[in-house]
Amino acid sequence: MLLDIQNLTTRFATPEGEVFAVNDVSLQVEAGQCLGVVGESGSGKTQVFMSMMGLLAKNGRAEGTVNFNGRQILGLEAAELNRLRGVEFSMIFQDPMTSLNPYLRISKQMTEVLVEHRGITERDAAAKSIDMLKLVGIPEAEKRFRMYPHEFSGGMRQRAMIAMALICEPKLLIADEPTTALDVTVQAQILELIAGLGRKLNMATVLITHDLGVIAGLSDRVTVMYGGRVVEEASVTDVFHNPQHPYTRGLLESMPRLDTRSDQALHAIPGQPPDLQALPAGCSFAPRCFHAFDRCRQEIPRLRAIGGNRVKACHLEAMV
Amino acid sequence: MSDAAISRSGSGRKPILSVRGLKVYFPIVIGGLIRKTVPLKAVDEVSFDLYPGETLGVVGESGCGKSTLARGILQLLQPTSGSVVWLGDHIEGLPAAGMKKYREDMQIIFQDPLASLNPRMTIGDIIAEPLTVHRPELSSEERKQQVREIMEQVGLLPLMINRYPHEFSGGQCQRIGVARAMILRPKLIVCDEPVSALDVSIQAQIINLIKGLQDSFGLSLIFISHDLSIVRHISHRIMVLYLGNMMEMADKRILYEHPRHPYTRALISAVPLPDPELEKNKKRLVLEGDLPSPLSPPSGCVFRTRCPLAQDICAREKPTMTVVSATHQVACHFWQKS
Amino acid sequence: MKEASKPFKPDGLASIGTTEPVKGRSLWQDARRRLFHNKAAIGSMIVLGIIVLMAIFAPLLSPWAFDDPDWGYDFPGPPSIELKHWFGTDGNGRDLFVRTLFGARISLLVGVIATSVSLLIGVAYGATAGFIGGRTDNIMMRLVDILYSLPFMFFVILLMVVFGRNIFLIFVALGAVEWLTMARIVRGQALSVKKKEFIEAAHAVGVSNATIITRHIIPNVLGPVIVYMTLTIPQVILTESFLSFLGLGVQEPLTSWGVLISEGAKQMESAPWMLIFPAIFLAVTLFCFNFIGDGLRDALDPKDR
Repeated sequence: MLLDIQNLTTRFATPEGEVFAVNDVSLQVEAGQCLGVVGESGSGKTQVFMSMMGLLAKNGRAEGTVNFNGRQILGLEAAELNRLRGVEFSMIFQDPMTSLNPYLRISKQMTEVLVEHRGITERDAAAKSIDMLKLVGIPEAEKRFRMYPHEFSGGMRQRAMIAMALICEPKLLIADEPTTALDVTVQAQILELIAGLGRKLNMATVLITHDLGVIAGLSDRVTVMYGGRVVEEASVTDVFHNPQHPYTRGLLESMPRLDTRSDQALHAIPGQPPDLQALPAGCSFAPRCFHAFDRCRQEIPRLRAIGGNRVKACHLEAMV
Repeated sequence: MSDAAISRSGSGRKPILSVRGLKVYFPIVIGGLIRKTVPLKAVDEVSFDLYPGETLGVVGESGCGKSTLARGILQLLQPTSGSVVWLGDHIEGLPAAGMKKYREDMQIIFQDPLASLNPRMTIGDIIAEPLTVHRPELSSEERKQQVREIMEQVGLLPLMINRYPHEFSGGQCQRIGVARAMILRPKLIVCDEPVSALDVSIQAQIINLIKGLQDSFGLSLIFISHDLSIVRHISHRIMVLYLGNMMEMADKRILYEHPRHPYTRALISAVPLPDPELEKNKKRLVLEGDLPSPLSPPSGCVFRTRCPLAQDICAREKPTMTVVSATHQVACHFWQKS
Repeated sequence: MKEASKPFKPDGLASIGTTEPVKGRSLWQDARRRLFHNKAAIGSMIVLGIIVLMAIFAPLLSPWAFDDPDWGYDFPGPPSIELKHWFGTDGNGRDLFVRTLFGARISLLVGVIATSVSLLIGVAYGATAGFIGGRTDNIMMRLVDILYSLPFMFFVILLMVVFGRNIFLIFVALGAVEWLTMARIVRGQALSVKKKEFIEAAHAVGVSNATIITRHIIPNVLGPVIVYMTLTIPQVILTESFLSFLGLGVQEPLTSWGVLISEGAKQMESAPWMLIFPAIFLAVTLFCFNFIGDGLRDALDPKDR
């Protein structure tokens, strides 16, 4: 197991009270595997990995265990984590501009990491960086290498971000909504790139997204999150063809899609996502669930195995 | 392009909105020492008709001018040229006072639900604002009554009338926006990316709401979105825009099943399908490169720099909208190739 | 709205136990709540309140008058509890405690009135320029730039010399200087509010320009204006003190903190109390206004939430 997160709980202290962002989340990623993490805003999908990376906001606190490659990394010293970030695992974000320094040339930002972590010369680092830019499909890599981030288009910036994230050949790449800010034609390019690189470098990837379509073609397994909890985890085929949690099914049925007839009415999930400051006593999804019964409103469902190498957190026996 | 090409022939109905050759340019000053003004052609030569009860979808990527088109139609931006005819009246370039009587009939829903509501006003006052402008004769009690009715229709509790926008979630804010647009019972609502800022599970609620209102009141809609699945779900007819230019316009079924323009085909093939097998086995038509700068669009066909079919003629001649069938037009020199 | 354990209604309506309309919490109320949680701001408001009350009720707090010397004491005399000269007397034998409080009257009055003058001119000018935009905005703001570049202090000094020292002249002169910055702030805010979607929504509904300014723009630019106002008051007080220090302030026997400090500074070595007490009052007041301004900024800025 490359990444093994057990019972992770992350909270944020705010003047208005405590925010329960991640609640008792466990998930695993195997080497070379692609895990899709699906959830809406406030589902805790990003904060799970921010906790793991040690990138929580100041008022955040994470508990539980995060095991990476046989090593417990949650709660490591900042300096210690710095040695791991970008080397053992990397993260890319929705808006590349927020993670690129606008005042430094791409060359400087890329070689810096290599020189610091790998201890190689500036010249070798430059050569390796240009190779990496070529690998992510940036045309005229030698020329672009000397440019500033603002001279890149949105798609090119995301490619540069990926190149920077991969420069030390990490074992795990975490991509947080990597294509949400991009147009659909560019999104296709970037998704193709991430999938291809994962195979080529035998690197595990975690794809965090709100768009079920994005992960369908790329991931091996899918984790669905809601209200800061994992509600279902299964292989990509099972999630899409035989969802066993009412939320997963609701999401699939509420999406208009190009591969079905278009005159079907959309089955919207009623109501609003839960308030993370005042989660319901029982299942967070119960107030919006068509199948909810009394137990759902009183008792938080635990993640349980339901056969076929899959788990769900729901009191319902099975869904047909 | 002939009028017949744009109108839906054989329908015999009269359009409520006719747009012909609409151009919206923004003057942009460039250069440091030697300055010059170049036009940014946000919308270039767009023509279409909209019929009562019909939904026209407008798709395109960011920067294709779809939001500018909406504002050019509603005269929130002054069109550079072209005509906008609402029920027989030319409304292009009308001053605010002249537009006032038409605004009752044409409303807009915005992309960012919270930003489109004044944070200092209660939602009751926000929803009632069109009434205070167009029905000043109503007493405040009558106005409140109408606000409560419309709130119920869009799925908001009338009890919430004295609350403020920041106390609502994104989906509820969008319902408030819909209520404000609907309170005067308009004939046309322009929806500018109304669900793209919302969570997936909420998007369907708002789409169903808009569709339901259309069915009950016979609204015409112009539905602008970058999401091809949503546009396909809600529209009758769809226009594809690229760099402010119309690429293709057709009935929904024809556009998705028999797209003629290479850009339309690339757009459709780029949409990820929520089905692992289909998605893995799909032959994707991935477009190379990025959108050119709208300040210096390519000569001839604006799509040619990314087009897999491009030839010399594409750089020389700008393709015009050609009639493929009564309900299908395309702007491509090589539409017959596909 | 907590609807967790309530029965489920599939139409998107949340059920709630009452039929009375729910009272909303406006952004102003939110800001007030946040301000009241800010200890420094609350403490400053209390201290400032005490100073204002002391200034108002000054004659009741001491047996001495502000303009009559105590012939039975030293000129200047050090603080003395039994004579009730708590702050001592000044070079003319007048009670410094009473004079400091009378100085507070003038200084605070100058601060409030001059700031109000700047507020009136600045908001009207700035909002107009910002909303109309384009050429008008350009011309109006270049005028502000030109006025900015003039050495205003010099003009104020000239005015004082020509028209004599007049307290109203000080109000007007200071207000006329301070409105420039206020206009710039309001104009910047109006420009950014003007681009918001809710303004476009108002246009789309057919709301007239005048109503858009009063109903949509001004309430949304008020936050920064209030903050800037609280920060302008100490600035004006300081400027008045500076004028007084130069000998161009209010006329004897009236006094202000600036005048008192100026006199105190001249006798710093022989009678330090003449400098220390007015200086403490001035410094504390400036501190208070700045803390309140900071507190307001934190309370009104939704980004800090």
